[in-house]
Amino acid sequence: MNELLDPLLLARWQFGLTTVYHFLFVPITIGLATSAAIFQTAWVRTGKVEYLRITRFFGTIFLINFAMGVVTGIVQEFQFGMNWSEYSRFVGDVFGAPLALEGLLAFFLEATFIGLWIFGWNRLPQKLHLATIWATAIGTILSAYFIIAANAFMQNPVGYEMNAERGRAELVDIWALLTNPVALAAFPHTIAACFMVSSGLIISAAAWHLARNQHLDTMRPALKFGLWGMLVAGALTTFFGDQLSLAMVATQPMKMAAAEATYDTVCGAAASFSLFTLGTPDGTTELFSIRVPYLLSLLSTHSFDGCVEGINDLQAQYAELYGPGDYAPIIWVTYWAFRWMIGLGVLHVLIALVGLWLTRKGRMPKQRWVWTVAVWSFPLSLAAMIVGWVFTEMGRQPWIVFSLLPTESAVSPNVTGLDVLISLVAFTLIYGILAVVEVKLIVQAVRKGPPEIAPPDPETGKVEHTATVY
Amino acid sequence: MDLAVLWFWIVAFLFVGYFVLDGFDFGVGMSLPFLGRDDTDRRVLINTIGPVWDLNETWVIVAGAALFAAFPEWYATLFSGFYLALLLILLALIARGVSFEYRHQRPEAAWKRRFDWMIIVGSAVPALLWGVAFANIVQGVPLDADHNYTGTLFDLLNPYALLGGLTTLMLFFTHGVVFVALKTDGDIRQRARRLAARAGAITVVVAAAFLVWTGFAYGTAWFWGLAAVAALALIGSWLANGRGAERVAFALMAVTIGAAVFALFAALFPDVMPASNDPANSLTIANASSTPYTLTVMSWTALIFLPLILAYQGWTYWVFRKRVTRQTIDAAAH
Repeated sequence: MNELLDPLLLARWQFGLTTVYHFLFVPITIGLATSAAIFQTAWVRTGKVEYLRITRFFGTIFLINFAMGVVTGIVQEFQFGMNWSEYSRFVGDVFGAPLALEGLLAFFLEATFIGLWIFGWNRLPQKLHLATIWATAIGTILSAYFIIAANAFMQNPVGYEMNAERGRAELVDIWALLTNPVALAAFPHTIAACFMVSSGLIISAAAWHLARNQHLDTMRPALKFGLWGMLVAGALTTFFGDQLSLAMVATQPMKMAAAEATYDTVCGAAASFSLFTLGTPDGTTELFSIRVPYLLSLLSTHSFDGCVEGINDLQAQYAELYGPGDYAPIIWVTYWAFRWMIGLGVLHVLIALVGLWLTRKGRMPKQRWVWTVAVWSFPLSLAAMIVGWVFTEMGRQPWIVFSLLPTESAVSPNVTGLDVLISLVAFTLIYGILAVVEVKLIVQAVRKGPPEIAPPDPETGKVEHTATVY
Repeated sequence: MDLAVLWFWIVAFLFVGYFVLDGFDFGVGMSLPFLGRDDTDRRVLINTIGPVWDLNETWVIVAGAALFAAFPEWYATLFSGFYLALLLILLALIARGVSFEYRHQRPEAAWKRRFDWMIIVGSAVPALLWGVAFANIVQGVPLDADHNYTGTLFDLLNPYALLGGLTTLMLFFTHGVVFVALKTDGDIRQRARRLAARAGAITVVVAAAFLVWTGFAYGTAWFWGLAAVAALALIGSWLANGRGAERVAFALMAVTIGAAVFALFAALFPDVMPASNDPANSLTIANASSTPYTLTVMSWTALIFLPLILAYQGWTYWVFRKRVTRQTIDAAAH
């Protein structure tokens, strides 16, 4: 019973659950806000009513999703203080600042302008109304920057000094904090991945209708947009992912070693990358694997003869630096999460390439499986995003702030296991129920298709379409 | 001026912003069973806050982040100490927020009914518990030498704190109903005025009891001054509502809530979280705050962005200044 009610374990599960759940909505919000802004810009510039219909169609899906992103986001902020009070005391002076900046610069912007956008159709002049969705989109992207800068401090602490007397980290250089090399790579990597997810959603929704040969006038341009978006975003995600792995090797070599399950330091051809490995359950012994020589050296150092430090060597170094303890994350989690992230990412670039080829010059593939794959690209691109976060956060363990504060020392000392269990169960229940409702509503909105809007009145140039009401 | 003191008042200002703005959202949510006679009525009510509830709620996120950044010790003690109360607030805010968005997605009456209840409960629970939480902060709670809360949830439910909760519940309810009178037209507007008159009378009594108790137990000169402003504004709002001066009534409710929250911060000053067991364990502005460097960075940010934020939020309210009527809903929903 005591083991079940371990506050540390429960608090970690709660953080994992609520963060993964929150991040199901974040990439859709970020990606779709900008996509809706682009569609609406196309409508304003060309006057083609199809673009307005696409905007309203994806706008509806965006809104169903947006509320969930907002309310699950509050949990994230409160949770640091509730479950991780020792962490909050330790990093507040450093970590709080980007959160406050996020609130002042980003959250207010998106929360205000999204209201203007939803209810402002027909009420604001056309160009001003267009500006409101762009302001929302900028707000979502800015907020991602600040939260990733905060997260980067946990991966690679910079811009601080330790105050031994007060036992906390104190900010000495906000610029260093905001230009953390990990943040500068992780931010574009994450944003590009968000656009992969929103492109996946657009591809899925468009494919669902095109497979049924309906709404061709809106869903064909939408599919084209989604496929190109996926290709560009996929290329950028890969490029910045590579930058991020370089930063990671420099700052958190243990995470890279764990990503590849490399126990001993290897150089050159021996620094091979395994595409697939079967090993004993504890991950220490390899039974079978398919390996690409040099690839790990290339990924980690951008050279053929580079060396990659192994888990055992790093463990020995860290034990000397930080005292006795186990400094490796859970290897099978990092190993497989890393592979699923890359594998699903590559799969989506292929989907985009094949999709663009099959639909070239207005062609419409007839094979059923093509459309089935396309419809699945949304959940699978979302899955890629999630395993990516699981990799980077689980790979940071056993640290909550790398090299400064172990996760086990960060939990609230006065919150009981029962308290955390109650909240974990409550969040699991309400999140589970809302997930079912959310999925049903999104499927319903997709199936309903884009709204019918008549072309502009030839005399006044005005378009009749109803404003949103709750 | 000491930057930590400045941030004490900025945090107070952010909570004032939150309670004045989301306060009427809570009130509108709680008014559904009293003013919403049919689905169109209820939609009128929800649409009075439709474009703004999200930006109003964002004030608590910013207040929380400011607390974290400017007073990490206060944030850590408060949030870990009031664990289950904050959990209930979070669950309520989740239920309320998604309901606004989901309610209108399907036409079935049973579907709407379910989300109506989530809005009502999701509004009433935070309206009550924020008052309980702030009353406990002013009253002081047991803290150990490491500033960790040593009590339980039930210690938070003492008579003084419950009176504080009842006060915010009634204040927000009246605030919301006065807002409905200002933002709607026709029959529902008249009913809102009558309800505001009755609710306002109860609110005056409850709020007076709470402020007098606070004043005698924890009051300072500044507290009494601000509490007097709050009391006069509340009575003024009630009178204005009786004369049908809706704008004045609403503005004075905002003044009431703002002055009352500032009064509680004045009673708290210079502590941020007094320890009821041993004053030596109290969290103060001095021992809970961040470094001058962090506070300087944040002060510049707030100085530049808060006026901008107030400007674009003010503009939003101006854009949506028209009253919501049954015709608005029918025309859009046809």
